[in-house]
Amino acid sequence: MAIAAEAAGRDLYNRAGLARDARLDLFLSMAFTLPGLAVVAICVVIPCGWLFYLSAFGPDGNPTWDNYRRVFTGGGYLRVFLTTFQVSLATVAACVITGVPFATFINKLRQEQARLFLAAILLPFWTSLLVRAYAWLVLLGRNGVVNTFLLSLGVTSDPLPLGYNQFATILGMTHIMLPVFLLPVLGAMREIDRTYMQAAAGFGAGRAFAYRTVFLPLALPGITAGAILVFVMSLGFYVTPAILGGGNVQVISMRIARSLTNFSNWGAASALGVLLLVATGLLFAVSYGLRHMILSRQRR
Amino acid sequence: MLDGFRDTPVLDRINWFMAALLVAFLAAPSLIVIPMSFSGSQYLQFPPHPLSLRWYAYFADSITWTHAARASLIAGVLTTVVSVPVGAFAAYGAMRLGARFRLLVSSLIVLPAVIPVILIAIGLFFVYARLNLIGSMLGLVLGHTALTIPVVFVVMSAAFGQFDRDQERAARSLGADWKQAWLTVVLPQLRGPVAASALLAFVTSLDEVVIAMFISSGESTTIPKVMFTSLRDEVEPTIAVVSTLLLFAASLVVAVVLRKGSAVFKV
Repeated sequence: MAIAAEAAGRDLYNRAGLARDARLDLFLSMAFTLPGLAVVAICVVIPCGWLFYLSAFGPDGNPTWDNYRRVFTGGGYLRVFLTTFQVSLATVAACVITGVPFATFINKLRQEQARLFLAAILLPFWTSLLVRAYAWLVLLGRNGVVNTFLLSLGVTSDPLPLGYNQFATILGMTHIMLPVFLLPVLGAMREIDRTYMQAAAGFGAGRAFAYRTVFLPLALPGITAGAILVFVMSLGFYVTPAILGGGNVQVISMRIARSLTNFSNWGAASALGVLLLVATGLLFAVSYGLRHMILSRQRR
Repeated sequence: MLDGFRDTPVLDRINWFMAALLVAFLAAPSLIVIPMSFSGSQYLQFPPHPLSLRWYAYFADSITWTHAARASLIAGVLTTVVSVPVGAFAAYGAMRLGARFRLLVSSLIVLPAVIPVILIAIGLFFVYARLNLIGSMLGLVLGHTALTIPVVFVVMSAAFGQFDRDQERAARSLGADWKQAWLTVVLPQLRGPVAASALLAFVTSLDEVVIAMFISSGESTTIPKVMFTSLRDEVEPTIAVVSTLLLFAASLVVAVVLRKGSAVFKV
């Protein structure tokens, strides 16, 4: 009896000790993440929360829809949104059209060759946005490389309007986003079992048919992930449209900055910012759902 | 280009040609800044004529540019020094947490990478105006640190994911205190990822435009801020010089990454 009671007591003691250890472990783990969380809270959560407040409350501290109403009714804001979506969609389209075949090509290369191609993809990845924007200005400007070349060939008699417009903006953004798109797509393609395509070929499928029905569906999660990433990042672009658009392309980010620097209009700027944030959040939610749908359909 | 299908020579040639075109599109445009930097002219024209080192001399003599270069370097180094330990500890802590907490913590930590940077910039501008941090190095480094923490966190999380935690436990149970266990067992094995995240953090800070545009001024004005203003308003030939120097730095980084990085950058 006494022995059993003592054993039970010890068991209880052990369990209390283990629970204490688990609590300590949780506490320690949390403590490690605290500095990081603090920086994010100070620099992102609080300022953005403040923007929400500014957008929804008037100067007198009462809730108001005025800032949002103004965005939807006047001042050409709607056109700014439209331009932003147009430019972003065009960038995604350009990335998908060029990137998917390119990734398919790299995927099949031998290690050393693939490495060279990766270097070519990574170099612009590490190059400053500003350097690349400047390079495009040199290439596309009135007296730029492309126009000088075309004029000397006699293809055109007047310089083509290549720079400072939507075309230049989309080109510059595709140049920046293509590496971002390629990385998840290449990752997804690398996961595809090589024997599947060999089996399709062995069963007599044509090249295009096998590519469309076997390879592409398996690469689809990576392609959608890349496309959504590119789209969401494109929505927030500021530097490239501001330089390559030359004032002829107004996107949301530029309008936000202008509302502040030119008009000190915090209400309009924060309302636009909140809408941009909501669009970004919604897109991420949609992409998550889409990915889930594709994966579960494939499992069936 | 597909498994199980043999490419005809013609198709093969077309594939290589298209791929080469795309590589040229990705890699070549930036190289144009190199010849442009040797221009002797005031205006943007190609080919540059006459050739000279005039703008290099101008860059070295210009107070605006040299001060900006110094501010950029200081901001980059400080950002790296702060964000690497903070991000790495966050990744370590997140790894030790249960699945649900881990998801919560990691989604909060990567938030700065997901939110459009213009929002962070104007939000910081608003908050800093009240704290008198506009134009201060502290404010700039804090803002850049927020942007680089997600980068460090993602790289280090991947590293910790592959790291066998039993090694740390074994070291501890063999009598090492946590400091010894970290310095002699954990850190030496994570040298690659730590170096990679430091490099990424430094480059991110060095290239950052939007936050710098809003909250850096005077002494803390960075190279990207000066470059952006010039590119937007009136292109100054010195830009080509600065671009060439930045491009040179980027090529060095890519060379290092390709030589040592295959274990670090799983692409």
